[in-house]
Amino acid sequence: MLLRRQFLGVCAGVALSFGLSGLALAEDTVKIGLILPMTGPSASTGREIEAAIKLYMQQNGDKVAGKKIEVITRDDTGQADITKRLAQELVVNEKVAVIAGFGLTPLALAAGPIATQAKVPAVIMAAGTSMIVEQSPFFLRTSFTLPQNTTPMAEWAAKNGIKKVVTLVSDYGPGIDAEKAFKEKFTADGGQVLDSLRAPLRNPEFAPFLQKAKDLKPDALFLFVPSGQGASLMKQVAERQFKEAGIQVIGTGDVLDDEQLNAMGDVVLGMITSMDYSAAHDSPENKKYVAEFEKANPGMRPNFMSVGGYDGIALIYKALEKTGGDTTGTKLIEAMKGMAWTSPRGPISIDPDTRDIVQNVYIRKAEKVNGQIYNVEFATVPNVKDPLHGKK
Amino acid sequence: MTSLAAGARVATADPGAHLVAKARWRWPEFLLWLFAIALIWLAPSRYLLFNEIAILALLALSIDLVLGFSGIVTLGQGAFYGLGAYTAGLMAKHGIGTFPWSDPLLGLLGAGLVAGFVGFLSSFLVLRGSDLTRLMVTLGVALIVQELGNKLDWITGGADGLQGVMPAPLLGLFDFDIFGRTAYLYSLSVLFVLFLLARALVNSPSGLSLRAIKGNVIRARAIGIPVERRLVVIYTIGAAYAGIAGALLAQTTQFVSLDVLSFEKSADALLIVVFGGVGTLYGALVGSIAFKAMYDVLASATPEYWSFWLGLALVLLVLFARGGIIGLLTALRDRLDRARSARA
Amino acid sequence: MLTILFDGIAYGLLLFILAVGLSITLGLMNFINLAHGAFAMAGGYITVIMVHRFGISFFWSLPAAFIITAVLGAFLERTLYVHLYDKSHLDQVLFSLGLIFMSVAAVDYFMGANQQIVNLPPSLDGRLHFFGASIGYYRLFVIILCSLLTIGLQLVLTKTRFGSRLRASVDDQRVARGLGIDVSRIFALTFAMGSGLAGLGGALGAPFFNIDPTFPLKFMIYFLIVIAVGGTTTITGPFFSALLLGVADVAGKYYVPAIGGFIIYTIMVAVLIFRPQGLFGRVTGR
Repeated sequence: MLLRRQFLGVCAGVALSFGLSGLALAEDTVKIGLILPMTGPSASTGREIEAAIKLYMQQNGDKVAGKKIEVITRDDTGQADITKRLAQELVVNEKVAVIAGFGLTPLALAAGPIATQAKVPAVIMAAGTSMIVEQSPFFLRTSFTLPQNTTPMAEWAAKNGIKKVVTLVSDYGPGIDAEKAFKEKFTADGGQVLDSLRAPLRNPEFAPFLQKAKDLKPDALFLFVPSGQGASLMKQVAERQFKEAGIQVIGTGDVLDDEQLNAMGDVVLGMITSMDYSAAHDSPENKKYVAEFEKANPGMRPNFMSVGGYDGIALIYKALEKTGGDTTGTKLIEAMKGMAWTSPRGPISIDPDTRDIVQNVYIRKAEKVNGQIYNVEFATVPNVKDPLHGKK
Repeated sequence: MTSLAAGARVATADPGAHLVAKARWRWPEFLLWLFAIALIWLAPSRYLLFNEIAILALLALSIDLVLGFSGIVTLGQGAFYGLGAYTAGLMAKHGIGTFPWSDPLLGLLGAGLVAGFVGFLSSFLVLRGSDLTRLMVTLGVALIVQELGNKLDWITGGADGLQGVMPAPLLGLFDFDIFGRTAYLYSLSVLFVLFLLARALVNSPSGLSLRAIKGNVIRARAIGIPVERRLVVIYTIGAAYAGIAGALLAQTTQFVSLDVLSFEKSADALLIVVFGGVGTLYGALVGSIAFKAMYDVLASATPEYWSFWLGLALVLLVLFARGGIIGLLTALRDRLDRARSARA
Repeated sequence: MLTILFDGIAYGLLLFILAVGLSITLGLMNFINLAHGAFAMAGGYITVIMVHRFGISFFWSLPAAFIITAVLGAFLERTLYVHLYDKSHLDQVLFSLGLIFMSVAAVDYFMGANQQIVNLPPSLDGRLHFFGASIGYYRLFVIILCSLLTIGLQLVLTKTRFGSRLRASVDDQRVARGLGIDVSRIFALTFAMGSGLAGLGGALGAPFFNIDPTFPLKFMIYFLIVIAVGGTTTITGPFFSALLLGVADVAGKYYVPAIGGFIIYTIMVAVLIFRPQGLFGRVTGR
């Protein structure tokens, strides 16, 4: 009897305190739920984004429009069902005003229905498949899309004397997307794709694919692998002596991830890639960004994932300023649409129609600068929109 | 000392009565199930976590049936889990609004049938060879299914996952809400029903013959037990259970990604059964609660190094506490019993 | 295509050196040691540390990797593994899984989670061209070194007293003990040798595969396939199965890339269905 009364009392007390704390905090604090893969194969994405967000808040303070910003970080280990649960818990229990992060496409897709049901903006800071933003009116993206980055590469190749290409990608969603995007643009511009090779995702040995590509004698080899495999791929590319055979190696910047670029060594020199961000981007904003990032995280160079996070939190801050601290989901979305500013990567804006990011894409070459290897930009394709939106 | 000998004498005197006594429900079991139901009122904000635990427990249960009661070491249960998840997911996706395809209970049935069927087909592979062979074959099949899942992306959605999974309201009444209440109650009920079935099965004469097979195959065959038939049946049932667990996942999270086919999921569930206690059925339940709880605590502290503690726990378990949690609890209870009867 | 053949042979031989230790351990001690991959990883990291941090030539790191991992293996065998010889296979699997988790996390802690990149020593950089085919110098080096090691191993097994004692213990432990053979010492030495070879394989593979903390888990499946197909009663079994798998994998990906990834899994499952003791194994008295 006594035990039961005490028990009920505790329950009531707990419920009440949850309710009260919810009320109290809602007035002064704006919570942001950051769901990232902090462990598992995509852990470096999580690390880079978290570091970038910490840097932004350090540089710009944690108060916007009179409200305190609190970022709650959760590790989804790269598994979509966990992402979904974390998104639900953050929205329902922590009452976050915005959810953000999403290291891979399935993770973002899993959170989509939550954003729609709860009317909470979801800022995609990493995932790169075009159709994600179309799955919910509450999705916005500050990272990039694979077609957005790949199409300029195809365009540049066609314009610069490359007539025949063999593509080699990892056999999974993003890889196939890159292959399709490249093929479509390249053939439209008059080029010819001799063969489209796909290597299994779980694959230590690229030799047979590279040998086949070399045997077809193309002008260039287009590569795409997830950033973890770039190092061993490039080594095996060097082993096959593509340069000596006169075959230019091109690809998207995912293969030459800034974070690993130095360690990859001289085998990467001469590879031409297209990407929305290079740590060597020559602008005052970027120089400041890189310097402060490296200072706060010794041994870590900022990469394209990090700017996704940096600009993501910037977008949230700017939107809150515009709404005067109002955290209503639909109002924040309206504020975010059309927002434009200068990021460390260059000028960016959020397309009001698609809620996707519009940015410059740069063609760069891997070169040695002051003893370190960087992707040095030498051509800019301005204001690239994702080519697939609106097409069906 | 005395009660142990007494127990042994009782056992040899009347094995039938002894087994019937073992099969009766005991008070800790009631407590566990009541607690699971009470969680609805105790912690309403964590339905989703409990749902995950219930589904994981069902997967672990399927492994316990196969491993704990028949001694088949398998790393491939994830394949059936994934098959069930995609079956139910596809049924819900393509049958939107049209009864009966998107009805969740029929989805469970479909998933169980598909997974069970594939389990039946592959059961012949695990009949032959040594432990290592079986391990390799189950792993090999699981890897092939995973590659297929990736390749057949026009069915499965590939690396992007299967979206648009919209199961109809449960029993026509309960919508799958954002809080996860329906999800948890649904998963818990399914787990309970399947658990009862499993419990009845292992205490039935056929179930007992499985234990004989696990103990010594040659002897079991010698006394006339149809070894191959029993193993095929239990392997098929285990596969169906895993498939139903996968279906629950697809229906309650409304999403299916390639992770469900991963070897990591099978390995996690295997560990859970071991931690809980192999061959006890309850080990699967207790193990999944402990595993998730441990994960929550350790992972928020040091997410990268959680696997170190997991590994250490596993090593210590094998060396010192082979019976898992249930084993430890049973040993504790025995010691208390002995102390009590020594005093008496 | 000769080039592809050579690529496959190099890959296969490397797999053999990595897996042979596990095969002998399994055949001899009937112990499923999934943590074998961790020794290979250790060898790889030793190479990384020696070459990058201390600037020692790659060639010295190879014997160093062998010796250090062999010593490590002997130590672990005497202290931990010896307690598990009598336990069930499931226990051994769980124990070695636990060890893998611990070693992966420990390495992640000390060395970071990124891939460690070892560059080819300049003397082995380049390709040899002949008869319209070509082969990288490093792959040629791997082929030669691994072939010599294999011949050496086979000689030890067949021509030395240690070898005959080892074979006797593999065939029937109890009888071997009865004849006065010190089986525990043979266990320890064999385990050490097997781990050493794994470490050497890891060091040799480092320039190809790049070493990161998930190496044992990624490669475990390949070792196990080699052994399952090759059987555990000889070393020629795993040798031929490794070659077969290496060439089949590489050739498959070249000629039929759509199903290339499936080939080795399918071969393994097929072999195990029809010949559970492996293509080259004998059914022993166990």
